[in-house]
Parts: sequence; C-alpha cells; structure tokens
Amino acid sequence: MTSCEYQQIDPQALPTPTPAPPPHHGNDRDKREEPKRPRRKWQVFPGKNRFYCDGRIMVARQSGVLPLTLGLIVITSGLFFIFDCPFLVKHLTSCIPVIGGGLFVFVVITLLQTSLTDPGILPRATPDEAADIEKQIDNTGNASYRPPPRTKEVLINQQVVKLKYCFSCKMFRPPRTSHCSLCDNCVERFDHHCPWVGNCVGKRNYRFFYTFIVSLSFLTAFIFGCVTTHLALRAQGGKGLVFALQESPGSAVELVICFFSVWSILGLSGFHTYLVASNLTTNEDIKGSWSGKSGEGVTNPYSHKNIFINCCSVLCGPMPPSLIDRRGFLPTDESVQTAGAGIELPPLAAKSEINVGTKGLMESAALPPLLSTSCPQMKPQTAYTCPDSSPAVNSDPSPQLSTSCGARHTASSQGDASPPRHAKTRSKKRKLAALHIPNPSFDVPVSPTSPDAGPSSKASGSFTPLR
Amino acid sequence: MAETHSLQDMRQQAAVAAKVFIQRDYTKGTVCQFQTKFPSELETRIDKQQFEETVQTLNNLYAEAEKLGSQSYIEGCLACLTAYTIFLCMETHYEKVLKKIAKYIQEQNDKIYAPRGLLLTDPIERGLRVIEVTIFEDRS
Repeated sequence: MTSCEYQQIDPQALPTPTPAPPPHHGNDRDKREEPKRPRRKWQVFPGKNRFYCDGRIMVARQSGVLPLTLGLIVITSGLFFIFDCPFLVKHLTSCIPVIGGGLFVFVVITLLQTSLTDPGILPRATPDEAADIEKQIDNTGNASYRPPPRTKEVLINQQVVKLKYCFSCKMFRPPRTSHCSLCDNCVERFDHHCPWVGNCVGKRNYRFFYTFIVSLSFLTAFIFGCVTTHLALRAQGGKGLVFALQESPGSAVELVICFFSVWSILGLSGFHTYLVASNLTTNEDIKGSWSGKSGEGVTNPYSHKNIFINCCSVLCGPMPPSLIDRRGFLPTDESVQTAGAGIELPPLAAKSEINVGTKGLMESAALPPLLSTSCPQMKPQTAYTCPDSSPAVNSDPSPQLSTSCGARHTASSQGDASPPRHAKTRSKKRKLAALHIPNPSFDVPVSPTSPDAGPSSKASGSFTPLR
Repeated sequence: MAETHSLQDMRQQAAVAAKVFIQRDYTKGTVCQFQTKFPSELETRIDKQQFEETVQTLNNLYAEAEKLGSQSYIEGCLACLTAYTIFLCMETHYEKVLKKIAKYIQEQNDKIYAPRGLLLTDPIERGLRVIEVTIFEDRS
C-alpha cells in the first residue's frame, strides 16, 4: 500500500537508485531488515537463476558447458587467425581474415546474448491471484495428497488446446509456455534448455539462438574450408599432407574440431530452420503436439500457414519486453507482491550486492515448503515440463534425450517430423549426440565470468539438495 | 469532495475489500488480449460499458504493440544485421507502446476508477497475465 505499488515500470530507463520512502508502519519485518538500502527484485527472484551487474545480466543456475562452447569458438578462431590467415592472405586474398573476423564477432555476440538474456520468464502468480484461481477450480479431495492435475481448455484458432496448471508458479500456463525444471521458471514459448549456451531458449532469445547457430555453421564451414585449402596448398608439389601438418600444427587441431562440429551444427541449423518455417518449438515437435498423432484435424494453431510470414514473425517480430523487472525495487513493506514469491523474506546480512543476491536466492528457495512440494519428483534429468501430473497427461521424453541440443535433434530425427535433408546425417549425428549429451547436474566450475563465480558455484553445489 | 478520492489518499487510507482478476483471452493465439467479460463483483461500482471500453482499448494497444507489420519487420531485420546490439541502445516499438499503455491506465484510474473506489493495476506488473482490479471499501 505504498506509492511503489503503482510505480510504472520503465525497463529501458533505469534511474539512479532513490532511497525508498521510510516505512509508515513499523512492523517486525521492517525492524529486522536494513531500512536503509532498498532491494531490487532480482535479489528475491524465486527461480534458479544467477544475476550479475546488479541484475542487468542473468544466467541459469547451472551454466552447463557455456565456458566450453565459448572456449572452443575462441580457440578455433584464434588458431585460424594465427596459423591459416597469414598463408592464405599471401596466396589467395586478404578478404579471408575480414570475413572470418566478422563471422567470429557475430557468433560471439549472439552467443552472449542468448546466454545472458531473459528467455521470456513468466513471473510467478501473486498470492491474491493464486487464491483467485484456486477458487475457480473444484477441489476434489482433501489436502493430504497431491490434487489431480488441473487443466483448462481453450479454443485457439478453432483448435482445442489444454492449458496446464503450474504448481510451482501457481497459475495456468499460457499456451506454449513450459516450466523448465533446471531453471525452475515458466518460460514463454519454451523451446528447450540448452546446456551449450547455459540458458533456456524461449520467446525472447530464440532469434538470438537461431542467429547464433546459423552464423556458427557459416563460421565452422568457413574455417573448415579455409583450413582444407591451406593444407592442400601446402601439400602441393608432392610434399604431402604430413609435411603440411608439420608446418602448421594448429591447422590439425582446427581440422579435428571443425570436422566433428560442422555436421551437428549444420544439422541443428537445418532443424531449427524447419521449426521456424512451421512456427513450431522443439518442445512441441518432440511431443508431437501438432503432428496429428493424437487425432484427426490437429494442426498447429499458431502457424500463419505461410512459410515467409512464419519466418518473419518468429525472427523479425517485435521484441517482447522482459516481464520479470529484475532491476525494479521491492516495496519497502516487503509485501507479498514481490516477484510472486509469496514467502516470508529472510533478513540478509550486509554484504556486496552480488553475494547477497546469490545467498538471497538460496535462502528464499530454502524456506517455503509451499514451493518445494510443488515438484517432489523433480530431478535434474527430467524433461522441460515440471512433472506435476500423472504420466498419462505429461508426456515426458526419456530422461537421456531431454538435455542436450544434439540429443534433441536425434530425438526428433527418430520421430516422424524430420525433414528429408537430415536423412543422410542421421547416423553420424546419433554417434555425435551420444558424445554430446552432458549430464545436466554436471556442475562445471564456472570460469570467472564474474568475480563471484567461486562462491556461487559452491553455493550451487549445496543448493541442489534443497529442492 | 467526499466522493472523489485521490489515488494516494485511497491507497493509504482505504482498506482493500476485494480484488478481481481479468484473465487473458487466448482465442486468437498467444497475442496479449484480455477477456472483456464484465465481472459481477464490479456491477455495483462501475458501468459495464465503461469497463468494457477500457479493456477493449487496452486490447487494441497491446495488439498495436505486437502487430506484425512493415515497421516491426524493418526493426527486426536491422537488429539482426547489427547482431541485435541495437536493442541495447534503442527503445523498441513494444516498449514505446507499453509506455503509452501505462499512461492510459494512469489516466483511466485518475478520471474514472479512483473516484469509484477502484484501482487498475498495469498488467505488465503482473507479467501480462491479468488485469488486477482492486476494490476498495466503500466509505461513502
């Protein structure tokens, strides 16, 4: 009931933090916590995300193999510029490093944007909203056992779509929204959780992700082509490949990396191009939601029935805003209208903001039995949707297939929906996918993207059992 | 004077009697639209037509924000060419319309809803899930 409640959120213009108005009512909570420094919403965010730069940057709790991805790209490109470019500039053209440089910059920027952007997280329902929804649902039994799965049917473009109730976020998920168990957030237009970029891919960052994999395919193919040309030119005149490799050892490393990655990345780009053209998500494609398996006349209600319009709407459509307002200030009375957490917020000791943020996330997640009972069977290996319903309703793919991009591609190529161009690379990809499947609970020590990587990776180690 | 409450007065002094939530309308897909059905709790407070007009205007504004037209395509293509770095410097069309929406809601609250002891909350503060209408106790 303070003026902060009605504060218009301006996500673009971020004013210097003004101190919150002094509390009018001195209740216990106000006395316990520091009245001086107003806290931002990211510090009490209920999902499993980490925030840096005072909430400007966010990543998933487990950054997966993002450092590996970044490392591979940087190392391969570095070797390319050091070993191959001088030779090729001398013998061919100086456009080569220019093109390579441009592609490299493009790839790194889009990768960082995919990893560090809010994928389209839906803030959790406020307690008032949750209570209102509860009133509208029939309670069939007592509270001692998990209530049956709640669904609501809506008609979208003459197609019946079932909306599921999310027990973690306490709301009916909008269409195409899914709850990511790794990040513990509902994400709009959920595609998949990508361990290679260490983040979910959803409505807001799908275009970054797509641009990333397409430009990475070009970069990998370009480097592969250049290295092959380089070695071929060196081996001319009867000198042989071994001689060429001895002269340029870096090229051998590049050749190996590029050879193994170009197929899977090209395949992934092709698969996502198909998804974009049909306005599907990986999640829908794997579950076969619109492929007609579940009945006659089931078509994708979101498709514009035109490939060009589908592509434009997915890739060039208006950029939706972030709904979680992570840099907004909490109301001083710590009312339950904070990021939908609906819990008693613990007092936090005065430390640097980033440390406070990570600890705050841990503590706020540790507290509520409400939140932790919502997904009791939730394991890191399970699929994107929170297993809050009986197996008949919730069609999870098998756990091994649920985590990596490569595996997801394999799963889809095993299904009916794969386009013909993938046929020849299918067997190669299955072998590669087997190599590529990382264990999602594999806690890769995060390379210092921020000074607090150390404590936060330790925190994540102790954090997991609490859920 | 007794009948017209200012927004600040109301929030500080009046007690919240109830909250009504206008849910999203998904019949046209995932575009942001709200149901225009008039909730029964507001029957005693406000005109049905007035309320429906407010919600319809909001729906139109959101439709404008998410419209797939030449302007959004140009913005999207330009963004793609610059590796989306222009999003860091430029305000997107959607954000501009959100500001318009915020202003509209404030206006509606000041002119129409606050005098009747009601308060509309901007849907962006609820993750674009609901329009929250707070009903304050009728002190008159």
